[in-house]
Amino acid sequence: METERKHHPEQLHYATVLHWSTLAGFIMLVATFVAYVFGWVPSYVPLERLPQLWGLPTSEYLKATGIPTGWSWLFMMGKGDFASQIGIAILSGCSIACILAIMPVYAKSRNTTYLVICALEIAVLLVSAAGVFSTH
Amino acid sequence: MREKPVRNRRKFHFLLWLLPVAILMMVLPAEAANAAAASADATAWWVWPLALFVVCFFLGMIAVPAGVGGGVLFVPIVGSFFPFHMDFVRGAGLLVAMASALAAGPSLLKNGMANLRLAMPLALAASISSIAGAMLGLALPANIVQISLGVTILGIAALMITAKKSEFPHVTQPDPLSVALGIHGVFRDGISGKDIAWQVHRTPAGLVLFLIIGFLGGLFGVGAGWANVPGLNLLMGVPLKLAAGSSSMILSMASSSATWYYLNNGAILPIIAVPSVIGMMIGARIGAHLLTILKASAIRKLVIAILLFAGVRTMLKGLGIWI
Repeated sequence: METERKHHPEQLHYATVLHWSTLAGFIMLVATFVAYVFGWVPSYVPLERLPQLWGLPTSEYLKATGIPTGWSWLFMMGKGDFASQIGIAILSGCSIACILAIMPVYAKSRNTTYLVICALEIAVLLVSAAGVFSTH
Repeated sequence: MREKPVRNRRKFHFLLWLLPVAILMMVLPAEAANAAAASADATAWWVWPLALFVVCFFLGMIAVPAGVGGGVLFVPIVGSFFPFHMDFVRGAGLLVAMASALAAGPSLLKNGMANLRLAMPLALAASISSIAGAMLGLALPANIVQISLGVTILGIAALMITAKKSEFPHVTQPDPLSVALGIHGVFRDGISGKDIAWQVHRTPAGLVLFLIIGFLGGLFGVGAGWANVPGLNLLMGVPLKLAAGSSSMILSMASSSATWYYLNNGAILPIIAVPSVIGMMIGARIGAHLLTILKASAIRKLVIAILLFAGVRTMLKGLGIWI
């Protein structure tokens, strides 16, 4: 029983990568947000203007502010509201990093089934992250 | 002999007292922020994220002992009582659900309370459909989303009331797909200290169910712990604790795909999403300690009552009856 109860090696590997990537995401999330709300970095949409805008549907909000969609925010990291998105992006990308990290383990043990499942999951997450289905 | 009815009556009175307090704790910060915003000038923007932090702190406190993800409470409560558009509320809800699942993931995996081989195929199904759900969610008018969310939340409350649980379901024969995928193992029950061998059945039906769950999670931004656990436990025969842990892993992957869609479409506002995540995470830590003081079943009843209230409120808001 004891040997059966041992975790698959990829499970512990996944846990380690998840721990460090999540920690990095949370630190970025809090640090950039604090800088944003305390005005240490300028914001693209003035904070005082937000109450007039956050009640609008996304499409109208984007039109009113002129904010580009997709990955354009990466080029506007000097603005607090976009810098805050880096923590969100890291957290959203944690699963990609973890799955990529366990794929060599499956490859080494010649577990083709899970290697394919991992590849498909990565493809789904990357397609979504790349903004292939973006509407605006 | 008389002690038990007296204790039960005390618990009932305690819950009766706690329910209005709980609802007030969630509604008051929003109402206070509303009043402050109406009376003050435009610089009162900071009142809203602060109120959001307080509400999410409280939601996090009760979500953990009740065994539901924060998203299922967050979306109807914040969508009903805060001035944010539902697009942004759902985007933040997804982030809240994902962040909670990610934070819990490492210890669940290391302690064997989650199984990656069980989670991966189901997460793949849920990830694909959650993108479809997110696409539909951002395309539908807000009132339609609100009405259907209200109905779904009431359905979740009904599921929580009626769904049975099986601590260690008995699976006599695993299905061929689960055998091919190697979904089985030995689970150590922390309370009894016994090793329990587990296997699953009805894996194809489970995959279809997780397609539906992922779609609803992406559509409403509510996460899916409420459906994952009964699906894994009652349909597929996964031991209850392992089902709860593996549900978290599925949620972390499925929410990621929908979160990317919301992020790419500008539907995640840091001013709404970040205080919610921070409040929920701190509240959840206190919630874990609450488990040692209060019975989980008592908190569960409280959450069901809050869901009923939030579901009705969301539906009425969508219908334009209670704006």
